[in-house]
Amino acid sequence: MQAANANATGAQAKGATTNGVETGATDDFVTVFVGETLFGLAIERVHDVFVPSGVTPVPLAPAEIVGLLNLRGRVVTAMSLRRRLGLPDAPDEADGSKANPKMAIGLEQAGETFALVVDGVGEVLKLGADSREAVPINLDPRFRNLATCVHRLDGRLLVILDVDALLGFTPAGAKAA
Amino acid sequence: MDDLLREFLTESGEHLDTVDAELVRFEQDPNNETILRNIFRLVHTIKGTCGFLGLPRLEALAHAAETLMGRFRDGLPATSASVTLILLTLDRLKEILADLEATGTEPAGSDDDLISALERMAEGAPEASEPAAPPPPPEPVLPEPVARELKPGEVSLDELEAAFLAAPGPDESDFAAPLPAAPEPAPVSAPKVSEIKASAPKAEPAPVEATEAEPVRAEKAEAGPEGETAAASKNQTIRVSVDTLEHLMTMVSELVLTRNQLLEIARRHEDSSYKVPLQRLSHVTAELQDGVMKTRMQPIGNAWQKLPRVVRDLSAELGKQIDLVMVGAETELDRQVLEVIKDPLTHMVRNSADHGLESTAERVAAGKPARGTIRLAAYHEGGTITIEIADDGKGLNLAAIRKKAVERGLASQADVDRMTDAQVAKFIFDAGFSTAAAVTSVSGRGVGMDVVKTNIETIGGLIDIATTAGRGTTFTIKIPLTLAIVAALIVRAGEHRFALPQVAVLELVRVDAGAQRVERINGAPVLRLRERLLPIVSLTGLLGQAEAGTETEQAGFVVVAQVGRERFGILVDEVFHTEEIVVKPMSVKLRHIPMFAGNTILGDGAVVLIVDPNGVARQVAQGVQGSGGHADADDDAANEVADSKTTLLVFKGGQGSFKAVPLSLVTRLEEIECAKVEWLGGRALIQYRGRLMPLVPADPAITIKSEGTQALVVFSDGDRAMGLVVDEIVDIVEERLDIEIAADRSDLIGSAVLRGRATDIINIAHFLPLAYDDWARGLKRPEQLSTILLVDDSAFFRDMLTPVLKAAGYNVVTAASAEAALNTLQSDPEIEVVVTDLEMPGRSGFDLVAAMRRAEPRLAALPVIGLTGAIGADAVERARSLAIADLVAKFDRAGLIAALAELGAETVSKAA
Repeated sequence: MQAANANATGAQAKGATTNGVETGATDDFVTVFVGETLFGLAIERVHDVFVPSGVTPVPLAPAEIVGLLNLRGRVVTAMSLRRRLGLPDAPDEADGSKANPKMAIGLEQAGETFALVVDGVGEVLKLGADSREAVPINLDPRFRNLATCVHRLDGRLLVILDVDALLGFTPAGAKAA
Repeated sequence: MDDLLREFLTESGEHLDTVDAELVRFEQDPNNETILRNIFRLVHTIKGTCGFLGLPRLEALAHAAETLMGRFRDGLPATSASVTLILLTLDRLKEILADLEATGTEPAGSDDDLISALERMAEGAPEASEPAAPPPPPEPVLPEPVARELKPGEVSLDELEAAFLAAPGPDESDFAAPLPAAPEPAPVSAPKVSEIKASAPKAEPAPVEATEAEPVRAEKAEAGPEGETAAASKNQTIRVSVDTLEHLMTMVSELVLTRNQLLEIARRHEDSSYKVPLQRLSHVTAELQDGVMKTRMQPIGNAWQKLPRVVRDLSAELGKQIDLVMVGAETELDRQVLEVIKDPLTHMVRNSADHGLESTAERVAAGKPARGTIRLAAYHEGGTITIEIADDGKGLNLAAIRKKAVERGLASQADVDRMTDAQVAKFIFDAGFSTAAAVTSVSGRGVGMDVVKTNIETIGGLIDIATTAGRGTTFTIKIPLTLAIVAALIVRAGEHRFALPQVAVLELVRVDAGAQRVERINGAPVLRLRERLLPIVSLTGLLGQAEAGTETEQAGFVVVAQVGRERFGILVDEVFHTEEIVVKPMSVKLRHIPMFAGNTILGDGAVVLIVDPNGVARQVAQGVQGSGGHADADDDAANEVADSKTTLLVFKGGQGSFKAVPLSLVTRLEEIECAKVEWLGGRALIQYRGRLMPLVPADPAITIKSEGTQALVVFSDGDRAMGLVVDEIVDIVEERLDIEIAADRSDLIGSAVLRGRATDIINIAHFLPLAYDDWARGLKRPEQLSTILLVDDSAFFRDMLTPVLKAAGYNVVTAASAEAALNTLQSDPEIEVVVTDLEMPGRSGFDLVAAMRRAEPRLAALPVIGLTGAIGADAVERARSLAIADLVAKFDRAGLIAALAELGAETVSKAA
């Protein structure tokens, strides 16, 4: 992961194999948004897109974890991207209706399924290396630690998220960069 | 080859276990030919396969053992010495197999010692029989040939027999040349071998095949009419990998849940055309579930297999005669459960043999039969399986246990006297508890029974002891049949439902404001239940959801639960029903929460959390152990809630005013009799826990009463304690603390509004030197004064921690924000350690450390200790990435001092 963070300077970041980045080729990203910001997730890591319902909150759990939900018979741990990024809950969620967020992305990590709760899901984008930029250094560290690179789109920017870092399994030390 | 080897390893392992058990049986019943034949066959199979796979060491050993057993078959009496020798050989075989499993190759080494011993034993047989008759030994043992036509590819028994005779075997002919390198088979066998090959799984060069032929023969012979007498292991079975079964289990669980959802939908719609197929689906699913569950079941006998051998060895070692009786070995239970209880059972049997049973002489003197008996029984009872381990020995020495419990400070003399025998007996499950006068190599080291208990409790089991002096001791273990599906009580606490495993539940009591109501002692809820007081915890409170325990008095249910010795009540709002739930493990992100054992999906599709009674018991016990009762429990709760709230102890002190002190600083609350207060040199003292403790009034206006009882708030640090004299302890509140008026008195930090009352927050730093004048100077580490930079946005914490750190012998510089801290760091080169709050508004502690790490080398290398309200996995990881030396909970004063001491030690050792 460290390699990905350090080398993703416009050129090719071969280190980021987990996110399927390959030289020259284009990559598909599922776009999601949180507030006004657009984020991208490597399509290989996305197993599901669904509307989360019936979330059971887990007392004493870390703040990022919204709760558990039943995804077709599997118990899935729902994590809020907002809280993971250190953002406040969306205005309409703040009045206690957190249990019913809008959309969720099913991600898998080490045999376990997680649901990443986001404000909304956009289209799938095919992006090449030409629009890729390194993560700006002045970004909030929370963002910087979770992003691998940024893509310049027409009129807006797409922050590509590192799924492994997002789910908090990145080996220690990688985030210190 | 790899697969073949793995197959061989599992199979041989099983065979050796069987041989172990059978040999012990054979020793007791040397005339039983069936047993002998079975043993012989198994060892022979192992030998044959070893030769086939090219494992010369194993083969040579097995061969030598087989030779000796061949002599038994010829009528050599099976002596204890020879059986021991064979058992030793089996142990060696197991060792080699284990190495083989680990490395994939046979380990180097020599077994000449065992082989020559085996040979000597075999030769040392009555000389008369040996030279006289070297007859082909297998003949008399062979079963009748199977009378049916041969299918293509099969070989007749006669042919097999011929091949067998031609092959190197246990016969006397080889016996003449018993070298480890087994003699190559005679070429004569070649034509027969080609026929056998047809039925063999793999085509191999002929000479090797000849050895392989033997197991084939053995299997076929076993399948004959006498097959039934062999161990049940010869049933029609196939091997399925556990993963496949686990997967199947998961799928079936999901099918069950889907079915439940369908049923729910069908109930709402009156469309009858669905009903019939749905009903069938329901039945089929239920049957499928049963079937799959069965595949996970194994007879408990599998866990007992090693025990006869263990007991035999023990009886030799201890010089006691022991019979092992096993009842109900066919009782089935879940594979996973079986794995967990295997070792505890072995340990308990060893314990019974060593401690439980008296020596033969003692037994005879007591008029008991000379042979002691250990009885192992298993049977089903409801949804659980009960295992009993009983011995007819001397029983537990309860007087010694009582004495030991007091000595070890597990309970007071008064407590111990009040306890029933059954309660006293349970002390043996405490770690390090042993009443054995002499430590033997077998047991008595005081390790073990606590592990046994822990193991059993992790699978939701219970363990109980019944003991009668002179008559013996019986351990009763109750465990669930399976871990995958448990019966659970579905309850509601607050807004959410939870599942409580039924095994821990004793009864349900309805409570309301009337006759059965929850009462409070100094805030701690209790319930009168049949003339006994039952401590109560509220589930919502436990899970940090309650609003400071105000509504707990209302109507609800108390689930009376028992875990180990602890009996307690869990207060819930509503009880729904019991349900068989499929236990799913908690996510790795949530596994650190001790309150939950897992989660499950209910019939209506909702996910509910399964409350872990052990986790709850630990929370309750923490409150019970410290004599301050609820103080400790609330303290824990406070540590778990959000960082900004502080739990405070409110008391009345001086002219009826309210004062408060953070509960985290308080060690204990005490009520003392005023008569016990002593005066020395004008200072009030009291004998407290074997030491003198100075008493200091919390306010100049307070005078220590001369009669009645006096309330004390005890503070302690290391081995010193101070009693703060207060008029009355009022309450414990958890509130966001805003210190409004900074008082200009050194004994007060300021005032705050708590529960709508103006309350003074006292400054403990003022009182400590009044009790011991050297307290603040920190006698402990005068030689080394490190300077600490304490960064915290809350003035309260800065003021609270500064005296604590000073008392521990540090110089303290404070900063109120990350910016201020960075400035201070740059200007003050004396600072050696940074202690920072991690959650601060604006730039957090993490940001501060990150900035330090980027700065000049001196700052980058400074050790940092982080203070945090909630230590989550996330925070730990972040801290590690920033090289923060330690994370300490914000209220954990002792933890902070310990972390600093550790840092100090590290720096010293680095400098050295």
